[in-house]
Amino acid sequence: MLNPYIPIVGLFALAAAFALFSVAAAPYIGPRRYNKAKVDAYECGIEPVDQPLGGARFPVKYYLTAMLFIIFDIEIIFLYPWAVANDSLGLFGLIEMVLFIGTVFIAYAYVWRRGGLEWD
Amino acid sequence: MSNLAAESPTLADFGTDVWWIIVIKVVGIFALLVALTLFAILFERKVVGRMQQRIGPNRVGPRGGLQSLADGLKLAFKEDIMPALADKPIYFLAPVIAAVPAFLAFSVIPIGPIVSIFGERTPLQLTDLPVGVLIVLACSAMGVYGIVLAGWASGSTYPLLGSLRSAAQMISYEIAMGLSIVAVFLYAGTMSTSGIVEAQESGSEVSAFGLNFDGPGWYAVVLPVSFIIYCIAVVGETNRAPFDLPEAESELVGGFHTEYSSLKFALFYLAEYINMVTVSALAATLFLGGWRAPWPISIWDGANSGWWPVLWFIGKVILGLFVFTWLRATLPRMRYDQFMRFGWKVLVPVALLWILVVATMRVLSREYDFNAGDIALYVGIPVLVLVMAVVWLWPDKAPDPTVKEGVPPTTRGAFPTPPLDLVVPPSPPLIKRDAVAAGKRGGGKRA
Amino acid sequence: MVREEVTVGVGDAAAGLHEFPTTDMTLNIGPQHPSTHGVLRLRIVLDGERVVSAEPIVGYMHRGAEKLFEVRDYRQIIVLANRHDWLSAFSNELGVALAVERMLGMEVPERATWLRTLLAELNRILNHLMFLGSYPLEIGAITPVFYAFRERETIQAVMEEAAGGRMHFMFNRVGGIKEEVPAGWTGRVRQAVADVRSRMPDLDGLIRDNEIFLARTRGIGVLTPEQVDAFGISGPVARASGVDFDLRRDEPYLAYGELQESLRVVTRTVGDCHSRFECLLDQVYASLDLADACLDRLASVTGPVNVRLPKTLKAPEGHTYAWTENPLGLNGYFIVSRGEKTPWRCKLRSASFNNIQVLTELLPGTLLPDLVAILGSMFFVVGDIDK
Repeated sequence: MLNPYIPIVGLFALAAAFALFSVAAAPYIGPRRYNKAKVDAYECGIEPVDQPLGGARFPVKYYLTAMLFIIFDIEIIFLYPWAVANDSLGLFGLIEMVLFIGTVFIAYAYVWRRGGLEWD
Repeated sequence: MSNLAAESPTLADFGTDVWWIIVIKVVGIFALLVALTLFAILFERKVVGRMQQRIGPNRVGPRGGLQSLADGLKLAFKEDIMPALADKPIYFLAPVIAAVPAFLAFSVIPIGPIVSIFGERTPLQLTDLPVGVLIVLACSAMGVYGIVLAGWASGSTYPLLGSLRSAAQMISYEIAMGLSIVAVFLYAGTMSTSGIVEAQESGSEVSAFGLNFDGPGWYAVVLPVSFIIYCIAVVGETNRAPFDLPEAESELVGGFHTEYSSLKFALFYLAEYINMVTVSALAATLFLGGWRAPWPISIWDGANSGWWPVLWFIGKVILGLFVFTWLRATLPRMRYDQFMRFGWKVLVPVALLWILVVATMRVLSREYDFNAGDIALYVGIPVLVLVMAVVWLWPDKAPDPTVKEGVPPTTRGAFPTPPLDLVVPPSPPLIKRDAVAAGKRGGGKRA
Repeated sequence: MVREEVTVGVGDAAAGLHEFPTTDMTLNIGPQHPSTHGVLRLRIVLDGERVVSAEPIVGYMHRGAEKLFEVRDYRQIIVLANRHDWLSAFSNELGVALAVERMLGMEVPERATWLRTLLAELNRILNHLMFLGSYPLEIGAITPVFYAFRERETIQAVMEEAAGGRMHFMFNRVGGIKEEVPAGWTGRVRQAVADVRSRMPDLDGLIRDNEIFLARTRGIGVLTPEQVDAFGISGPVARASGVDFDLRRDEPYLAYGELQESLRVVTRTVGDCHSRFECLLDQVYASLDLADACLDRLASVTGPVNVRLPKTLKAPEGHTYAWTENPLGLNGYFIVSRGEKTPWRCKLRSASFNNIQVLTELLPGTLLPDLVAILGSMFFVVGDIDK
């Protein structure tokens, strides 16, 4: 009996082979006509302004979004098993989960209040 | 019904295929996805064309049928450009990272019941796991890396901005998407996709006003709020209009793939359309009864057996693609902050509350022997009517005519601006005009 | 090009979240960018997605129109004049013709005046429809442009029938218009106007009150009447800010003096992107009415449509300034003559050039997507900026 994960590995292998072949073959299939302007960064037709690789430091608010994501993703991770087993957990499970969601909600309200959910 | 029920695969049916069946399925899924992508591109262009009083592509192949194939081939024969400032290994790998998870996500989508392939009885689904849906979520989360790395590795400002937006957007809407399907798990009691399809086979019996009838089984009907949140969230998750901020061409030119060309660009394009297909297929699986025939067809006994369900399933996927296209043709693009605000301040709390409501109803109906249908009928409908009434009768908030959202004071002196204390001497026409406009100069003074 | 690195700490509502100074990103929007309609270039400094400073850099398309005017015969100027703002070619020609006629003291036949008025209004509709299509496109709505172009095509057909051109009509002549319009033309114009009027609700209903469109344009890029004055902004952009000034009413030229009861000047008071959009949208309806009124009069006005000109056309010594209410705003030609065949000096006052100067004031503090919304709502033509 094969493990049910094996087909996924098979699909992964096929997709990865296809994608790697595509990116690797692209330079050889297409024409190669070197031109300095082509390999410059696109800047609307202007000589590109030197940018440090990756634009140096990102504005910190993008990290904030990532942090919020982790908090809520963890919440989801707890919600899924509870949802699946809800019928056997019954009222106890419900109350536990209300308490948990309530706790996360307090954090959510705090973040909202502090302006963490303002994007500009 | 018993012989039909036997057709439905259970978790035990997976992992038992012989190797050549697995090979057939892997190649079949791959081919199906590529074919659906080619179809989706053409379908979208045709439908958008019709919506815009055009006929869409009609030159390549019969009625333009080979247009997307021709476009794909054309891309392969374009020059592959490696920008000088690019971080080469990452630039090279980013399209792969975007495309591979897109393919993988489809591995747990059930396409049909158990069929016979060359005498082997096997479910029409690559595989299924007790955590099936998590595979889809994991793959869509992996796809974000491809986009972020592509933008970062391009060494250029537009792609970087596009990828930053994209990362923030995709992870935000992943939360909403993840929360929207919790209620489905609550009802189905499983995360396996075949199990969820099975659970939607028939609804619970509802007795209303002395009449007994089968309630709808589709979770789109049973859990409408979840379905709506899911639909909105996946549009954000797949970067499609009106949430196509990462590639807002009027702002960020091409967004994260500005610096990509040739087959590398094609892979991003492929990934985007496969993601569209996947989320449509997931919507069909989780909310629209999966491969089971919709109501008028389901009266026919053979509708859910053999290879027919593949047709219903593809039909539901195309319906999803049509909605994507429709949205794109109709709606303008939202602004980044409005969009993020909507995701975090509306979708997330509503989804959480909805989960609590659903869970409470389920527990109450079991512990205290309520009939869930009764509760839905005697509590849900009045609440629904009340909500509708409030929504419709709520006075339209009159827009403040002098809102200055997003227009903080100008930074004076940052750039040679003409001095604003310059008083323009009134010329003869101005004097006349001042007299006309005198009454209209009250408000609107700049902060 | 000078490298500029402005480092600022932006501390706003999210207290404590923005304390670290981040390097701002310098971004060139244009000259080759989808939302600049040509080669306008904006050099902006971004903090995240917020614009810290913006600087329009114009001149990529400078063709020296004014100098070219000075080496052309008065009749030849017209062909250059209709090119600087390629979306209002007829109105541009008109200004030159009016200026030269005034210097010559020439009487223009009545029928020519009425036809000019009609064509100027049709040209205005064409121009506005172009923006009504392209502006939603910049906000991300891809469909309205096709509806706008369907209407444009209807009007374009009758313009083409009369003038022979679709863009640069070249239908004005000193002393009138090129020739009498084809037989039955007015009937077809009336039909075209009626068709466009009956189909405008398609475009209107698609975009005007769309929730997302409102969210993107309401309260964005608010232009105050004071700024309108200071920068010399004119046309629909100025009227959207409540500056109720329209040459057609306030200093009538052509036949506008007799059209006062049909002439409706569309104004708004808010001055944001949405009111600018609405000004243009409603102006289309107003211009359709004006076109109908012109057609009513044309039915009873007969006679020649131009005057016979001498072989060499020399304006007497002197100078004049002829301004017209072009679709984009005030368009003026200041022409100085020393009695030669060509003007001695010429100054072109184009609407877009003045209108976009205010961008340096409007853009700082806005978000990058708002920048696109504001830029689009200023309704400029790059040729009109760069001359």
